[in-house]
Amino acid sequence: MLVGMSGGVDSSVAAALLIEQGHEVVGATLKLWGGASDSGCCSVADVEDARRVAQQLGVAHHVFSFTDDFDEHVVAPYVAAHAAGRTPNPCIDCNRHLKFDRFLRRGLLLGFDAVATGHHARVAATPAGWQLRRGADPAKDQSYVLHVLGQSQLARTLLPVGDLTKDEVRGRAVALGLRTATKPDSQDVCFIAASGGRNAFLAARTGLHAAEVVDRTGAPVGRVDAVELVTVGQRRGLGAAGGTGRPRYAIEVDVPGRRVVVGGSDDLLRPAVDLGPPSWVGGAPIDGADVLAQASAHGPARPGAWMNGRVLWRQPQRAVAPGQAVVLYDPTDPDRCLGGAECTLFG
Amino acid sequence: MAVLDHDPCGSVYLDNAATTPLRAEALAAMMPFLTDRFGNPSGGHRVARAARLAVDEARDDVADVLGCQPGEVVFTAGGTEADNLAILGVVAATGGKAVCPAAEHHAVLHSVQAVGGRVVGAGADGAVDLDQLAGALDDLTGTVAIVSTMAANNEVGTMTPLAEVAAVVADRAPGAVLHTDAVQAAGWCDLRRLAAPAALISVAAHKLGGPKGVGCLVVRDGTPLRPVLHGGGQERDRRSGTHNVAGIVGFATALRLAAEERDEAGARVRALRARLCDRLMVQVGGVVASVPLERALPGHLHVRVTECEGEAMLVLLDDVGVCASAGSACASGAVEPSHVLLAMGVPKAEALTSLRLSLGRTTSQADVDAAAAAAAAAASRLRAR
Repeated sequence: MLVGMSGGVDSSVAAALLIEQGHEVVGATLKLWGGASDSGCCSVADVEDARRVAQQLGVAHHVFSFTDDFDEHVVAPYVAAHAAGRTPNPCIDCNRHLKFDRFLRRGLLLGFDAVATGHHARVAATPAGWQLRRGADPAKDQSYVLHVLGQSQLARTLLPVGDLTKDEVRGRAVALGLRTATKPDSQDVCFIAASGGRNAFLAARTGLHAAEVVDRTGAPVGRVDAVELVTVGQRRGLGAAGGTGRPRYAIEVDVPGRRVVVGGSDDLLRPAVDLGPPSWVGGAPIDGADVLAQASAHGPARPGAWMNGRVLWRQPQRAVAPGQAVVLYDPTDPDRCLGGAECTLFG
Repeated sequence: MAVLDHDPCGSVYLDNAATTPLRAEALAAMMPFLTDRFGNPSGGHRVARAARLAVDEARDDVADVLGCQPGEVVFTAGGTEADNLAILGVVAATGGKAVCPAAEHHAVLHSVQAVGGRVVGAGADGAVDLDQLAGALDDLTGTVAIVSTMAANNEVGTMTPLAEVAAVVADRAPGAVLHTDAVQAAGWCDLRRLAAPAALISVAAHKLGGPKGVGCLVVRDGTPLRPVLHGGGQERDRRSGTHNVAGIVGFATALRLAAEERDEAGARVRALRARLCDRLMVQVGGVVASVPLERALPGHLHVRVTECEGEAMLVLLDDVGVCASAGSACASGAVEPSHVLLAMGVPKAEALTSLRLSLGRTTSQADVDAAAAAAAAAASRLRAR
């Protein structure tokens, strides 16, 4: 087994569990980001943590440099999405193109049977095929960002900590005396330095433009410094509150027009969400199938129906920002992830 | 208790350009200074004098092998410090500019960049491009204080014609001094002759059978140099800090032995490298030597293996106990496309198929044959997909 070890507690325990289960384990840390960052999973300090854990577990450890692929498949699309006014989720692109493609292929090429990561989700074998299921800890479940895994990836993937809660993972790490036991969870986008933030990162790579904030009648109500950073549904930082005193939300982001339209929370409600090309864990649901649809990494899954590239909500829901993934679960087996797709249109 | 994932004694070690096994004689010479003769050579009493004697004798030995006066040897904590002292020290003393080719070791390259120096192109063989160097010196007319060109490249092994470099420098920048990073060359080349035109020479002990963390910078008399490390004024005020007595003694012992064995070891290792190269060409196929072997140090075999990413190749070789390298390892241990190959004009994708097998005095024919067989097995696996 080739275990992707980020230097965090989850992947440390994942490696330890596989060894306990009797697998032959080799650790590998992916160096994905070559630029400056102080928060990501690619700092020298994190690689050292991964290496020290591997030493402690008595397994070999390698570092794979996939910085070019990461630039091409994760960073560039992230920048392009913001430049177009979308709200990307780079973790999904990284799982799709790096961890469960480039890294998985590298592992198979080197003769490993499978790769493992420290993600909180579960892979289950059933007569009908491989299932991707939510992790045991609802607060830490990462099936949302793994929905891009299909049968061929799941057949070669182990997620050993998916059966544990985060507290149990930390407990195992403490019991094993792993140096990463109390390391804080990773936050935010790994390749963006906390010191400069998203704003500075994008400003250096694409233009950020001030925009007018208008209400639904077109009347100006304020300004924002960077239209590229406004997300549909966002409430803060949209200039002065309107005369009505009600909270205002971004309901439309028009980057070329340098305009953000705001409205009340009712204006955000939509009967459906339009999706781009989907990715299915197993087969596609039939049109009209009931689904639970989740529109953010840790948001609620709401009931709806899958209909030819759209989810029709049972109750109107807050608009999903374009670029965000909508991930579908089986209402009869709510831990089972069916797959998902990116929201394409406002609405 | 740390666990080793392999037994170094059972390995086929072909990474001698990274570091070499410590010579038994060096270890034996060092032991007294790690135990009974622990004195600080800067003191005035008998314990100090015993340590001082050892450092002075080591200095004589090093000076003899390198072809300089004992007073011109400045002991440092290795090659990187020697390179930094040369570049930063001359620039600080003169206010002039530093110039180096793009394929230098990072210890030189980053030092030159840190003081706002000029980096000039390298030739397709990894050595300095003399025309580009001359052009840069003309362009910076009168302001160049130091030109640094390595005696032999650490990655691909190409030897630099230092006399030709010195002639260009004397012609185009007569006020400038020549520094050479001879860290890779020192174990294989007669620096008395080869580095004679250089005013400053960097050497590291661990590349030639000495311990890590010690080396020297030769500073020929009259060379302008300001210290980088300030303190007690050791090494005639050129490098402060208590002497690493055991390291210095081990360094001198290893350097002297390397010089004594040079002709014999060079011929033997050269023959083994030819055998390894032939075997790779036949058994692996799709193998391109990055520089002509006759231009490289005896132990260096740097090749590109078509369709085989270096990073994956190294894992497969390591798995069967063959230790090699690819490109230059960065701080995290990842393999990055080598700046040397990029400077040589090798496309990035091809640079990532690099494999450096570096032989040393302990390499055997069995090692070479095992490495070729392992590389063949690894390549066929990597190409099967």
